Amino acid sequence: MTRIPMSRRSFLTLTAGTGAAAALAACGSSGPGTTSDGGANATYWFLSGAPGETIRGGAVERFNKGDNGGKITPNAVQNDAYKDKIKTAIGAGQAPTIIWGWGGGGLKSYVDAGQVEDLTDWFGQNAAVKDRLFPTSFGPATINNKIYAMPAETVAPIVLFYNKEVFDKAGATPPQSWGDIMNLVTLFNSKKIAPFSLGGQSRWTNMMWLEFLFDRIGGSEVFQAVFEGEKDAWSNPAAKQALTEMQKLINANGFIKGFSSITADSNADQALLYTGKAAMMVHGAWTYGSMQNDGGSFVKDGKLGWMNFPPVEGGKGDPSDTVGNPGQYYSISSKATPEQKELAKKFFANGVLDDTEVKGWVDAGQVPIVKGADASFAGSKDAEFLKFIYDTSANAKTFAQSWDQALSPTAAEALLDNIAKLFQVSISPDQFITNMNAVIGK
Amino acid sequence: MTTLAPPAVRETKTTVNGGRSGPVAWMAVPALLMFLAFGVVPLLGVVALSFTTWDGLGDIHPSGLTSWRAVLGDPGLLHALWVTFLIMALSWLFQTPLSLLIGTFLAGRQRYREVLAVLYFLPLLLSSAALAITYKALLDPNFGLGPGLGSSLLTQDWLGRGNLALGVVVFVVSWQFIPFHSLIYQGGVRQIPVSLYEAAQLDGAGTVRQFFRITLPQLKYTIITSSTLMVVGSLTFFDLIYVLTAGGPSDATRALALDMYQRGFKASLMGPASAIAVILVLVGLALALLLRRLGGKADDSQLEGA
Repeated sequence: MTRIPMSRRSFLTLTAGTGAAAALAACGSSGPGTTSDGGANATYWFLSGAPGETIRGGAVERFNKGDNGGKITPNAVQNDAYKDKIKTAIGAGQAPTIIWGWGGGGLKSYVDAGQVEDLTDWFGQNAAVKDRLFPTSFGPATINNKIYAMPAETVAPIVLFYNKEVFDKAGATPPQSWGDIMNLVTLFNSKKIAPFSLGGQSRWTNMMWLEFLFDRIGGSEVFQAVFEGEKDAWSNPAAKQALTEMQKLINANGFIKGFSSITADSNADQALLYTGKAAMMVHGAWTYGSMQNDGGSFVKDGKLGWMNFPPVEGGKGDPSDTVGNPGQYYSISSKATPEQKELAKKFFANGVLDDTEVKGWVDAGQVPIVKGADASFAGSKDAEFLKFIYDTSANAKTFAQSWDQALSPTAAEALLDNIAKLFQVSISPDQFITNMNAVIGK
Repeated sequence: MTTLAPPAVRETKTTVNGGRSGPVAWMAVPALLMFLAFGVVPLLGVVALSFTTWDGLGDIHPSGLTSWRAVLGDPGLLHALWVTFLIMALSWLFQTPLSLLIGTFLAGRQRYREVLAVLYFLPLLLSSAALAITYKALLDPNFGLGPGLGSSLLTQDWLGRGNLALGVVVFVVSWQFIPFHSLIYQGGVRQIPVSLYEAAQLDGAGTVRQFFRITLPQLKYTIITSSTLMVVGSLTFFDLIYVLTAGGPSDATRALALDMYQRGFKASLMGPASAIAVILVLVGLALALLLRRLGGKADDSQLEGA
């Protein structure tokens, strides 16, 4: 390299490059967490997208207006990108003061690394904050019997949505069993309508199907054994039956053509349902709000139907069981300054799920995890759906957390990878079981 | 990576450039510092990390060869290498002839060719992520171009079938980079002395024959430069594939760079991810060296007798 004399142009380029590097280095750290007026300045990252982004941002804005001795700076990030960004930031010691998350396995990896504050004592001192929330919502926030996150926002079980208009035209009735589902697949395919919409490229969308099939066929204890790291837990006969049924549905063209290249982030899966290109969709309760936003008058005109996932013939699972997100979870970074931590705790006590936020979630068709929230459903245009979600969540014998969030990131990635292959029918149920047994407890 | 293959600069040329042949070694210091800080140091860090176990959050534990065993024993690595090779080979095969022809065509001095050259340059100005999002929307089997035009030929499950998805990746990559390589070839063709063509015309050689007997051999070094950029560059394709297919369907388009990302940032296995990064660097270096060897000695003159 040194043999080649340097031209003036490349020298100039390099000088410019060095200048740029110096500038980059200068903005690398934002300095200590204080505002210009001397108060503490906490940071808070959360998910973007309607309607949650506005509601989350609104809570911060109202909190900042009050006299709390500091301000919180919010930053909204898109769902799939957020998961990587937050992990990298925490690993690099650049975490925001308030870490938005899903609890469970992800939270456990932060706890194991000593990156988040133990909030057990704080909840002990502030019993009022704890007592107004759903007790079930504390499950994914609790690691080794200690609470590391504040449950917040909404409960979101996975629901079977259907397009009533499409059903009426085809003379079909909502499925009451797995057998009905398979019959509906034949019926809708003969009418050139996709039976189910699915955003398969996101992978966790496919996983929701398996969560229900495992539960309905073998009961909630099948996955519980996996979660607890029991050896060869995937070898349960119920698991094989569920995986086999899954591939039967895929091979019967149960899902929309091209499902494996559709992403959930683009909401294209929901668009397929409300445009009538697909008859049904298994998806989180949070999609109700976005279908209302994007689907024109679809939801308003009462064309959207919903139900809990039906039982499977001969299955052991309780038909009242559901899966999904028992809440969202706010943690405090252990790397934050004491002032920042104090400010974040004030926000948890007074800012999170204040009356305006509760109303915001209800207006968006979601059920906040506040006890007695059902009292505020009465006047809402979405009262019927809200009541369904509230009852489904409250009456569920088991409310299981989404698998990818319950497991450690390593096991979750292996799971999602194998689910994608299963849905592509590039591996058999037996191969799936072998692959997954290999990563149990990791 | 691209610094590995600088165009063969001849010392004789630079001395002609105006007598600045004095000691300029110190001028390399800023470059050397940058290269050390942003090239060598991180690389050493990655090599060190590949012998550890780290989840990206907690403490880093040295663990000897555990990560390497995990990576080398995983059939996923061979698959990722194969996918990377396929993308590399297919995009080279697709891009090189087209870039050569377009470059030669654009080298002409006619006004309309100059206009076309400017238009043709446009894809290069677009970011890979934006390109990927656009193509993803166009190729959507339910809301894309095919259903929109009512064309059943265009309504394929483009990104949902393994081989098709790989083909789409190669196509989009080529669509993006052919303008760049055409530009290189255009420059190369314009450097060829006109006297060679005049002599050939006097001897009665047609356009096709001139292309194969003069243009192509004269472009030898340009082809090597362009190929090196293509081949080594294709090792690092990440953004485009990630947005377009996320490595899917299942793992049909999971190239080495994607595999590294999935392991490191999705599965929190920084050790194995670093091992893959080291493999990437080694493969890249080997390919760059190989291509330079293919070029023969830089002293060989192409203008002998011209």
